[in-house]
Amino acid sequence: MTSSKTSAKGFLLKVVRNPLFFPLMALLLLVAVNFFADPTFFKISLEPSSTGNLILSGNLISIIDNASELVILAIGMTLVTSASGGQDISVGATIAIAGSVILRFVKVLPDNVSGGRFTFVLIMSFLVCVVASALCGAFNGALVAFFKIQPMVATLILFTAGRSIAAWINNNDNISINDARFGFFGNFIPGIPVPTPVFITAICLIVIALVLKFTNLRLYAQSVGINASSSRLNGINPKFIKLLSFIILGVCVAVCGFIKVSRTSSITYSVIANNIEMDAILAVALGGNNLGGGKFNLTASVIGAYVIQFLTTTLFKFKVSSSEISAYKAVVVILLIIISSPFVRKWFADMGNKIRAKKQANVGKEVN
Amino acid sequence: MEAGAILEMRGICKYFPGVRALEKVDFTLREGEIHALMGENGAGKSTLIKVLTGVYPKDGGDVKLLGTPVHIKSPQDAQNAGIATVYQEITLCPNLTVAENMYIGRTKGPLTNWRKINADADHLLDELGIPASAKDQLGNCSIAVQQMVAIARAVDMDCKVLILDEPTSSLDEQEVQKLFKLMRDLKSKGVGIIFVTHFLEQVYEVCDRITVLRDGMLVGEYIIEDLPRVQLVSKMLGKDFDDMAEIKSDSDAEKVDYNGTPVYQAINLTGTTGIKPFNFEIHKGEVNGFTGLLGSGRSESVRAIFGADRVIAGDVKINGKAVKIRKPLDAMKCGISYLPEDRKNDGIVGDLSVRDNIILALQVMKGFFKPFSRAQAEKFADKYIKLLNIKTASQDTPIKSLSGGNQQKVILARWLLANPQYLILDEPTRGIDVGTKVEIQKLVLKLAAEGKSVTFISSEIDEMIRTCSRLVVMRDGKVVGELKDDDLNQNKIMATIAGGESNDIQ
Repeated sequence: MTSSKTSAKGFLLKVVRNPLFFPLMALLLLVAVNFFADPTFFKISLEPSSTGNLILSGNLISIIDNASELVILAIGMTLVTSASGGQDISVGATIAIAGSVILRFVKVLPDNVSGGRFTFVLIMSFLVCVVASALCGAFNGALVAFFKIQPMVATLILFTAGRSIAAWINNNDNISINDARFGFFGNFIPGIPVPTPVFITAICLIVIALVLKFTNLRLYAQSVGINASSSRLNGINPKFIKLLSFIILGVCVAVCGFIKVSRTSSITYSVIANNIEMDAILAVALGGNNLGGGKFNLTASVIGAYVIQFLTTTLFKFKVSSSEISAYKAVVVILLIIISSPFVRKWFADMGNKIRAKKQANVGKEVN
Repeated sequence: MEAGAILEMRGICKYFPGVRALEKVDFTLREGEIHALMGENGAGKSTLIKVLTGVYPKDGGDVKLLGTPVHIKSPQDAQNAGIATVYQEITLCPNLTVAENMYIGRTKGPLTNWRKINADADHLLDELGIPASAKDQLGNCSIAVQQMVAIARAVDMDCKVLILDEPTSSLDEQEVQKLFKLMRDLKSKGVGIIFVTHFLEQVYEVCDRITVLRDGMLVGEYIIEDLPRVQLVSKMLGKDFDDMAEIKSDSDAEKVDYNGTPVYQAINLTGTTGIKPFNFEIHKGEVNGFTGLLGSGRSESVRAIFGADRVIAGDVKINGKAVKIRKPLDAMKCGISYLPEDRKNDGIVGDLSVRDNIILALQVMKGFFKPFSRAQAEKFADKYIKLLNIKTASQDTPIKSLSGGNQQKVILARWLLANPQYLILDEPTRGIDVGTKVEIQKLVLKLAAEGKSVTFISSEIDEMIRTCSRLVVMRDGKVVGELKDDDLNQNKIMATIAGGESNDIQ
């Protein structure tokens, strides 16, 4: 066996073991399918929009744009999964609450209000929305951390009640904001060809990257998720860390709610962010994270989120009707999950071990 | 085939990435014998057992059962072939009843006659003298009883080969004797028993033959009479062994000022875990210990000191200054470290790397917003991996893939890195090999010589006598005595623990 050959094998193993391998492979697969089906899929052009603004358009742009909410949610969902060993299924409903809270404040503004006042009201309403969402998160987190209710059961409460609360906040009114400035955050800011949610997502990712770099959130969350009892005896407060992870997810929800209502300048309480919780959980799973808690890889979750959006867009591209899309998605998702499952991973790892063992045995023979 | 051999393993090889776990190991088990499998941590005992029970596929060698070659691919295969295993860590389901645990996976057909099963189970438990009832929930039984239920399950399956992997590490003396009686009964019925343990006394008490492994290789197979204790230890370690003697001479060099201000002092410390309020103090450079039977409250006492369980009353002084210790972090900030008894559930953070496990406590003390740089963490980990001679493939290896003794060393490293003035070690030597035990005892004395105070708890009394200068004896949640100087001998301690006169112990 030549040394270059073995090192190549070793490198391959290292690549396969990397947590980013499977989500990236899935992404690559989708890219390949689209490329062979229709190379124009990846075409990006600069075109004037309906408001006369020059904007980038193309499938890739719409994928990156539309994935924004999912990516932001995946951040919080990954942390909740890691620390609590469960998932929050109320995020769709709490997005409705968050959006409703913002609209409650913005709707009272007169149409031609000055820029300064508009900005002030928007910022204040967003802050209130962050507080409201964080409270929802704290409610979930408290049930999980202090009352030791399983996360899925605890969050079932807001999952059920959230959209009603959202409707109640605005007396179930159909709200539509006419001020074009409100739509900037979910669409385009005049003069900037890149969709605004892309920037918001980037900011969120940078913030969480900084938080993970300059605090011990990663160590604490993982430690609590793996062994809460040990963590406590090492001075960590597991209850607080679980609560904190839910509050962080709450803040993510606030940002998503803001983007969502800004996209349409309106809200439909029963439809907004429908089923997004499942996609967010899926993103975490696609990232190869253990849904039972513990070690996590945020980058992998984020790529997982983009994979899901890529898949949705691809299916639309293949003219799958929106009523059928869920079924198609399910099939692809099952395949992806199986490929990235611990069982298949272990199979890969065992293959690697066998190769090594043989190598070692050969070396042993040579020595003898 | 060797006459009388039930099980023959020849030339067994097993490789893990970067590690040669077993290299051409032979092992023979004969009918009606108790065969000890000895070796240090990482010698390959567990791996050999796991190969035999089909947990790991072997990379080479043959296994013959009663002369016929067998290929055991899964634990189920092993069970069907008549090889039953009882592990150190209980592998039963705590949320099922005793009877359900004994018969799970063995009922035939869709219908189960639970009444009969319960009756059978009760009968068997009775016969084996196991103090449990078929309908008890297993999780509510003591660890010892759980272990015995696991053995009862194996016994009832008519096994030819019974593997006991460190079954005694969580049992007290009485329970061990019960277990040995059970083992002898089985032996007389012709069952071959493979007994893995770290307790030398037990090996000499109950075993017929010893196979010694070292670094994945076979050292040899010996009849018990031919291998005196000292030689066994030297074979396991691969060197001459006079460390025990060394320890004793070390401990003579103690100079503790008992009249000074204690490093830690508790008055009427009252916990919520069923122990009576107690007073306790420890001085600079002192090594003392809590002793008593399992369940006497010795662990609960040190947990109360560390704030691991809720403390409801009592005054605590650190170096004469009154402090409040309500939670572990308070204790850590007062310079107290605590190595818990239950390594798996309270000590390690399994999936985290060795490095993260080492820095964890110091990192938490430093604060949430002040993470160590990667380079700093690596430096710390490197230092302690070298200092304590921790055997790990790398710093990034998850701690759960290390052997028990090395896991314990990592936890020890964690608390040494926190640089405490008062270190509490609850059963630091449980379930680890002789070599490491000695290392840990030496370390304790070295720390004391450096001026640290240590509270040491161990089930092995000679270990306590060797290291401690003062013993607090507990019985039924109460401090019943304090022994030092000349009173520190086996008889006196036993008598105090038992609470009777010392006559009958002689």
